[in-house]
Amino acid sequence: MQEIVNFFSPIAGSLPFVFSGLWVTLVLVAGAMGLGLALGIPFAVIRVYGPAPARWAVAAYVWFFRGVPVLVLFYLFYFGLLAWLGQMALLSLLPLNNAFFAAALVLGMATGAYQTQIFKGAILSVSQEQLKAARSLGMSDFQAIVSIVLPQALRFSIPAWSNEYSIVLKDSALAYVIGVAELMSRTRSVAAITHKPLPFTLFAGLIFFLLTWAGVRALKRLEQKVRIKGYTQ
Amino acid sequence: MQTDQTIDKNKPRVLEARKIVKELGGSRVLDQVDLILDRGDIKVLIGPSGSGKSTLLQCLNLLHIPESGELYLDSRPINFRKKSELYLLRQKVGMIFQEFNLFDHLTARQNVAIALRKVKKQSKKMAEQRAELELSRVGLSDKVDLYPAQLSGGQKQRVSIARALAMDPEVLLLDEPTSALDPELISEVLVVIRDLAKEGMTMLMATHQISFSASLAHEFVFMEAGRITEQGAPNVLLAEGAGSRTLDFCSKISEMTGAQA
Repeated sequence: MQEIVNFFSPIAGSLPFVFSGLWVTLVLVAGAMGLGLALGIPFAVIRVYGPAPARWAVAAYVWFFRGVPVLVLFYLFYFGLLAWLGQMALLSLLPLNNAFFAAALVLGMATGAYQTQIFKGAILSVSQEQLKAARSLGMSDFQAIVSIVLPQALRFSIPAWSNEYSIVLKDSALAYVIGVAELMSRTRSVAAITHKPLPFTLFAGLIFFLLTWAGVRALKRLEQKVRIKGYTQ
Repeated sequence: MQTDQTIDKNKPRVLEARKIVKELGGSRVLDQVDLILDRGDIKVLIGPSGSGKSTLLQCLNLLHIPESGELYLDSRPINFRKKSELYLLRQKVGMIFQEFNLFDHLTARQNVAIALRKVKKQSKKMAEQRAELELSRVGLSDKVDLYPAQLSGGQKQRVSIARALAMDPEVLLLDEPTSALDPELISEVLVVIRDLAKEGMTMLMATHQISFSASLAHEFVFMEAGRITEQGAPNVLLAEGAGSRTLDFCSKISEMTGAQA
């Protein structure tokens, strides 16, 4: 027991520093998942019901962000695209050269591609006959999609979305490469200063594990809460 | 109110289809179909599978847009290309599906209320009161809070009828409303349809329930290969020795289903 305490004791002094990184991680992941949701739902609707050119545009987006590693995207966006855009006078008001902004944007757009696929599958699993029934009552396609298809599709998406959350949470640790002061970056700093990488890395790993566990559990609760009575898919 | 079933020359015309053509997957499913429904008319579509009954029904409330032809509601032509006219026509021409197509995530009450709220912009309270009224009309007052997965097939179909009626349709189209039901659940749906007939609802129903519809219908409409080939009062078409294609078809169905048909 004493050995374990000794092993982790270097952490004690740097806890506030490490936890400030935890806060950044939480905001980064929340922002990315939120952006992914905001992109994924409308893009999935377009992918299933939209006109052909819009469907192709969404497909191209999905292929790009699914095909390129997040690490490469960080470099491409932060040092490439955003730096270039930042030179334009019109866009100078946007925080384009801010690493946190770039990280949230990249993670959000990457998860948006995966979330598009998640919601697309869920939309297709709602019986399209219900859409027909909604239209037969005089609803517009938009009304039918919003009030009949999506409420069911979103329920079906929760397990896959929970999976996506755990992936984005872990991908967010890569944001240290562009200098975002998130949990992993803070951990590496103190590990380097103290020359004790193992306890800090283990500690960071434990926090990621707990965040995954808590998030997945919360989503499981949500899934049960919104479950349709008597329904088995 | 019991409607007089004798032919009234002054009955207003509710829905009229002229020369409707519909192609699906390159083949002509409906070929120049004409059909008239006057107020209070009850017509029954019969004919072999694939003859176009279901497609005709779906063209009449424009779930399928015909390739050509005209559709008149209350003697007013409908422009298929205008979305607002499609939505309005669909409200006025209710549709009952073989597979009920209830909204799985909504209770019976919400299933009936949702279109009132979204399409007719009624308040939640008003829409739900109307929903409860319609559900009591089909004998489901005690099921308003249940979800489709908690209802039997017959109950689901009755909810779907209540859902269509809540929109105050001028015509009800029924696409084999009892075909997906277990035999012992058919009668509860037929009772509701019979009540609607008594109240004077204008209806066009595709069905294989020959004897039931013969007791109800003013006219049998026989379809084959995308055309209406025979049309007339059931007692005329089904008369002994009438030699009609309808009689031939119906007696084949009766042989299969025995006393039921």
